[in-house]
Amino acid sequence: MNVYMDYQATTPCDKRVVDEMLPYFTEKFGNPHSGHALGLRANEGVEIARKKIADLIHANDPREIVFTSGATESNNLAIKGAVHYYKSDRKKIITSAIEHKCVLETCRSLQSEGYEVVFVPVLSNGIVDMDFLQREIDDNTILVSIMTVNNEIGTIQPIKEISKICREHGVLFHTDAAQAVGKVEVDVADVDLMSISGHKIYGPKGVGALYVRIKPRIRLTPLFSGGGQERGVRSGTLAVPLCVGLGKACEIAKNEMHQEAERLTEMKNHFIGKILSRLEKVYLNGDREKRIPGCLNFSFEGVEGESIMLGMPEVCVSSGSACTSASLEPSYVLKALSIREDLAHCSLRIGLGRFTTFEEVEYVSDKIIETVTRLRSMSPLW
Amino acid sequence: MELYSNPKNVGSLDEKDENVGTSVVGAPSCGDVIKLQIKVDEEGKISDAKFKTFGCGAAIASSALITDWVQGKTLSEAKKIKNQDVAEYLSLPPVKAHCSVLAEEAIEKAIENYLSKKGEETCKK
Ligand SMILES: Cc1ncc(COP(=O)(O)O)c(C=O)c1O
Ligand code: FES
Repeated sequence: MNVYMDYQATTPCDKRVVDEMLPYFTEKFGNPHSGHALGLRANEGVEIARKKIADLIHANDPREIVFTSGATESNNLAIKGAVHYYKSDRKKIITSAIEHKCVLETCRSLQSEGYEVVFVPVLSNGIVDMDFLQREIDDNTILVSIMTVNNEIGTIQPIKEISKICREHGVLFHTDAAQAVGKVEVDVADVDLMSISGHKIYGPKGVGALYVRIKPRIRLTPLFSGGGQERGVRSGTLAVPLCVGLGKACEIAKNEMHQEAERLTEMKNHFIGKILSRLEKVYLNGDREKRIPGCLNFSFEGVEGESIMLGMPEVCVSSGSACTSASLEPSYVLKALSIREDLAHCSLRIGLGRFTTFEEVEYVSDKIIETVTRLRSMSPLW
Repeated sequence: MELYSNPKNVGSLDEKDENVGTSVVGAPSCGDVIKLQIKVDEEGKISDAKFKTFGCGAAIASSALITDWVQGKTLSEAKKIKNQDVAEYLSLPPVKAHCSVLAEEAIEKAIENYLSKKGEETCKK
């Protein structure tokens, strides 16, 4: 029996999402850009989905939603697109040290094109250093890109405050909300650009969206040349079933988010309480309060993260330790929190989600306690 | 895998015992630390070996394997054990090679430590 507790890596597709998608593979297979009856039916599915996404993130106009292949593409399109379009005026990009790789690498590639990139550090609780941001932002800044929720430690950034600072300086604000949408309330009133991913919210993999503000209109230089679909921003025939799936996932999230958050909070509190009371020297990484309930990140002093995972092979969690990656560098996110370096190797990320049960929480917490205790008995650091 | 989940030779020996050689290699900040000890009998053979390891499964398995292999061997035989043999035996992927290197280093250092202890004693006499 496998127990899945890695909901930040991906989520299973909700059955209701799959059911909604299926007809669009077969009888409603048309190209949504065709003018005939079958094209129109496919297009109708896409437009309903667009509206559902807009509703979840409080966008006034569904045309502000651009379909992409996922949050990676949305982030590339938002950042490169805006910077390339507005480059003549300004030269500086501000982002945070704990962004997803696809944002960091996008910024680095712009850096090599000659733009100035500033990586705002985070405080030890995983929240961006607002004073630093305040000092760095200036009239030469094109864009600030800061994620709403971090994928490794689950911390929620102060989006409203960042938004205020950006507006004061007339700077565009993009947020990668892949881990936030459908889990906490997000509102595009605070931003100009927002990235969304399907497979983090019980939708299909390989689809995402980018919110692009219409009033005042934000312009982007497209990444692809082609037929000019999606209002010229993203060429290519839409993946209709995937778009429909993303829409349905957003609809479900809108209806169930608050109830689910309550359930997850209860499970999370139980999990934390149990682990901290039964094991000494365990540290919860990231702010205790400003976090989504479904993401826990612990460091277990004296034992290496990957060895814990190996000790409970049926439990699917993830480790920020060096040893799981080819690079052998521990997680840059944990490093950015300036936690002790050995503790960065001792971390485990546990992701709870829609299909997690209380029995699973009991099972996994018991397993972790057992495995950590055993490994500590053979650790030279314990 | 068996060596990781059910490792033999976990533990420690008396560091002050003159017949015990101890080594600690690696660093916590790098994510791997092996503490390894050997006990040598009158005939110069390793009669016992124990380890404690902080690191991934491969590091734990390498330490377990190497402390098993050295039992009953003379010091020069033990020195001949190479990390490639360990990696091969455990079918470690290339990124995990350094974990077995660390285990080899641990044995070498433990032998050195034992010899230097002995050396000091002969001088004293
Ligand atoms: C915060 C964040 N941004 C972006 C991505 C990439 O999303 P996608 O897999 O849809 O490209 C992920 C997921 O890996 C993520 O967690
Ligand atoms: S101890 Fe780090 S990869 Fe083996």
